[in-house]
Amino acid sequence: MIVYGVALLSGCMLAGLILGEALGALIGVEANVGGIGISMILLILLSERFKRKLNLESASGKGIAFWSAMYIPVVVAMAAQQNILAAFTSGAVAIVAGSGAVILSFIMVPLLCKLNKTD
Amino acid sequence: MTVFLDLASRVLVKNGLITAFTLVGIVIFLSYFLSGRLTKGRLHGSAVAISIGLLLGYIGGVITGGEKGIADIPLFAGIGLLGGSMLRDLAIVSTAFGAGLTELRKAGLAGILSLFLGVIISFVVGALIAFFFGYTDPVAITTIGAGAVTYIVGPVTGTALGASSEIIALSIAAGLVKSILVMLITPLVAKRIGLNNPQSAVIYGGMMGTTSGVAAGLGAVDPKLVPYGAMPATFYTGLGCLVAPSLFFLIVRGLVG
Repeated sequence: MIVYGVALLSGCMLAGLILGEALGALIGVEANVGGIGISMILLILLSERFKRKLNLESASGKGIAFWSAMYIPVVVAMAAQQNILAAFTSGAVAIVAGSGAVILSFIMVPLLCKLNKTD
Repeated sequence: MTVFLDLASRVLVKNGLITAFTLVGIVIFLSYFLSGRLTKGRLHGSAVAISIGLLLGYIGGVITGGEKGIADIPLFAGIGLLGGSMLRDLAIVSTAFGAGLTELRKAGLAGILSLFLGVIISFVVGALIAFFFGYTDPVAITTIGAGAVTYIVGPVTGTALGASSEIIALSIAAGLVKSILVMLITPLVAKRIGLNNPQSAVIYGGMMGTTSGVAAGLGAVDPKLVPYGAMPATFYTGLGCLVAPSLFFLIVRGLVG
C-alpha cells in the first residue's frame, strides 16, 4: 500500500532527526547534526534490504517516489519564502562575505574532484 | 464583484496549502514554457522556476517588510508550509530512495575532506572580509565568518560569543547571500565544474554546505544528484556550529585580539 511507503519515509526522517538531535546534544552543539543525512542512509539501507517489496514498481515504493517527484515544487516554494530583502540590504560586508565564500567554494569543487580521481 | 473576490480570497487563505500547490504548479508551468521559448531549454525549467521563486520572495519582502518572503502575504501563507523545513526535509530524504550506497562510498573520503575544507574556506573568507571592512573585535569577525558558513552557524556562534544583534543580523545576511547565490549560480556553472556525477555531487555538497542552496542548486541541474549532495550538506551546519564558536574563535582571537 502507498501509505506504507509514506510511513516508512516519515519514520526514517523522524528517526534520523532524533539521532541528529542526540548527536548535537552529545557534542554540545545547538543544531541537528546530520539528522537528514542519517535519515537518508536509513532509507537507502531499508530499500536495499527489502528490494522486492520496496522498489519503484511496488505500491509502497510509489508512496516514496511521489515525494521525490514533489521535490522541485517544494524547493520552488522554499525559494519563494527566503528573506531575499534582508540578504541584499543588510550591508556590503554581508554581500561580499557571502559571495566571496560561494565563489571560492565553486572554484574548489573541480580541484577536489581531480584529487578524488587520482586517489 | 468585490463580494466575490472577498469570499474567494477567504477560501484561498483558509486552504493555504492547497493554494500553494496550485500556485507552485502555475509557476513551474510558466517556467518550463519560458525555458523552452526563451532559452531553448539551455537554462533548465526548474532553474527558471527557482529563480522565479526567489523573485517572489523578494517581492513578498518588499510588500510586507517581513522575513518569510511571499509567505508573509496571508494569501500565500501556504507556501510557508509547502517550502518549510518539514516538507523540504521529507522531500530531500525521499530522493535517497534509489540512490546507491556504492556511489556514496566511492566519494567517501573526498566527501569528508570537502566537508571540512568547505567549512574552513567559507569561514576564512567571511572573517577576512569582515576584517577588511574594519571590524577588529574578534567576536564580530568570528560571527560574520560563521555567517559565511551558513545562516544558522552565524547566529548560533554570535549568540554563544555574545555578539551584538546588529552583528548577528549581518551574519545571517551573509549566510542568506551564500544560499541564494548557490541556488542561482549552480545551474549556470554545473558543466564547467564537472557537476554531472554522484561523486562530484558529494564534493559539491560538502563544499557548499547550505542545505537549501544545495537542494535547489542540484535540483535544477539533475534531481538524481540531489541525495549525493544533500547528504554531506546536512553535516556541514553541525560541523560549523561545533568549530566556529570554539576552535575558530580562539584562532581569530589569537590573531587579532
